[in-house]
Amino acid sequence: MESILQFLLENKGAIFMVILSIFLGIEVISHVPAILHTPLMSGANAIHGVVIIGAIIVMGHAETTGAMILGFLAVVLGTLNVVGGFVVTDRMLEMFKKKK
Amino acid sequence: MNELSLFSVGISILEITYIIASVLFILGLKMLSHPLTARRGNIYAAIGMIMAIVATILFHQKEGKPIGNIGLIIGAIVVGTIIGWVIAKRVRMTAMPQLVSFFNGMGGAAAALISMMEFPHVSPELIAESGMSNGHVLAILLGLVIGTVSWAGSMIAFGKLDGWIGDLRVKAMKFVNLTILAVIVVLVAYIMTRDVQAASELTTFIYIIFAIAVVYGVLFVMPIGGADMPVVISLLNSFTGVAAAMGGFLYNNQAMLTGGILVGSAGTILTVLMCRAMNRSLLNVIVGVFGGGGKANTEEAGTVKEITVSDAAVLLSYSKKVVIVPGYGLAVAQAQHICHELDKLLEEKGVEVKYAIHPVAGRMPGHMNVLLAEADVPYEQLVESDEVNPDLPNTDVLVVIGANDVVNPAAEDDPSSPIYGMPIIKARDARNIIVMKRGMGKGYAAIENMLFFNSKTRMLFGDAKGTLQNLVNEVKAL
Repeated sequence: MESILQFLLENKGAIFMVILSIFLGIEVISHVPAILHTPLMSGANAIHGVVIIGAIIVMGHAETTGAMILGFLAVVLGTLNVVGGFVVTDRMLEMFKKKK
Repeated sequence: MNELSLFSVGISILEITYIIASVLFILGLKMLSHPLTARRGNIYAAIGMIMAIVATILFHQKEGKPIGNIGLIIGAIVVGTIIGWVIAKRVRMTAMPQLVSFFNGMGGAAAALISMMEFPHVSPELIAESGMSNGHVLAILLGLVIGTVSWAGSMIAFGKLDGWIGDLRVKAMKFVNLTILAVIVVLVAYIMTRDVQAASELTTFIYIIFAIAVVYGVLFVMPIGGADMPVVISLLNSFTGVAAAMGGFLYNNQAMLTGGILVGSAGTILTVLMCRAMNRSLLNVIVGVFGGGGKANTEEAGTVKEITVSDAAVLLSYSKKVVIVPGYGLAVAQAQHICHELDKLLEEKGVEVKYAIHPVAGRMPGHMNVLLAEADVPYEQLVESDEVNPDLPNTDVLVVIGANDVVNPAAEDDPSSPIYGMPIIKARDARNIIVMKRGMGKGYAAIENMLFFNSKTRMLFGDAKGTLQNLVNEVKAL
């Protein structure tokens, strides 16, 4: 328990950021019109593809073959999330724009 | 400049890039929530992502070591880009919900893999100093559990939306699920209280947790009915965000932290907004075994009356005001283009045509808007349910195309119905109602719809696309 408290103390910057980000996330999208719900969800889906950075780090320091295979897989999946997410969102929004 | 300071320059560039990327994520999300700026917002976020990825490859270092295996990393990115790009470009617009669910699952899986690989490498110094109960281990375990649940759940959601996995509804399910959840919590607590020299001694437990989390993810989504699918996808979306943020804790990485948490909280709010549109609580969606119920005497509901295509064409052509209520059936049948053709024809004849969009029509929030946008239906023709309801008594014909639960009067009349209290489009207020439907099957929520038995209702059975095509031909011929 003590070590968890210590962790909280050592990471107070990160925790501060987490709390602010939570409010920011709520604030940023709370007035979104219903028609943008799908593209917004899809765009947010692409943004959490940021997990790819973790995959790159893990892969960048992988030494055994097993770790490399898993790391490779993680980077591929992360990329799928990022690329697929942004491209699909753009495709949806492109259609909205056309009529304007 | 010696090598050491070169490194610190790199680190500074990396950190600054992460800050810029975070700002771009926030800006992007903000812009995505306004129609005029949405597309640019998406591009901003993508630019932030590319910057963060490139900077990580170039400048990231762990204990003084730069990123290795660069060839393989770039290879993996190329593979992922090609696959992701092709899938995203090729898939039909109607299949968007499953696609979002699929890509979401990929992110969850990546987060789970990261946790699995990092666990054996928790530094022995950290363990010697504070045992296994430290924040580092907690972040790894949470990333694993949340990421895995999100992945397994998204794959099931993907399968259900694509129509190759059915609903599984067993009353005992919620107890089973709660038990599994409890087992996961116990296992996490067990790992964190072990007294070991190195985390790798406990790797077996990581695989056990992974396996149980897969089961949980599957069972969690299995009983959820089609009508609740949008809520679940949105919820899983925010799960993956949180899993990514756990990685941010793990690597002390600001971009992952802000990106992940931002999506986690925005996703949660979006989920709540959707639940509110159905007048149900999130808990009710998750643990409530949806479906069944409704009026007990459904057998005696009465008979339905059919209408022929030519009668329907006449009725529509000589109306002043027509309201179309689209639903998932329109999406499945890919009937949005032909539907727009019909409304153009009617408008030429001087009929005022509007589309009434229920917030949860279809399988994702805004699903109908995307579809109709694809077919070039002008914005002004789309109205939300609150707006259209007061106008319905003056509406000559209301046409329901492949929608069911969003027009079900049980939401107003039948307190025993699972959808009781959900705001609906009050279809029965219209002077005439035409319901296009494939057959007499119940909706996704499997609730009897009394609207079909209303004396003002006429049914037009058949595939939405074929029926609309016939209708267009008839109207043209008039």
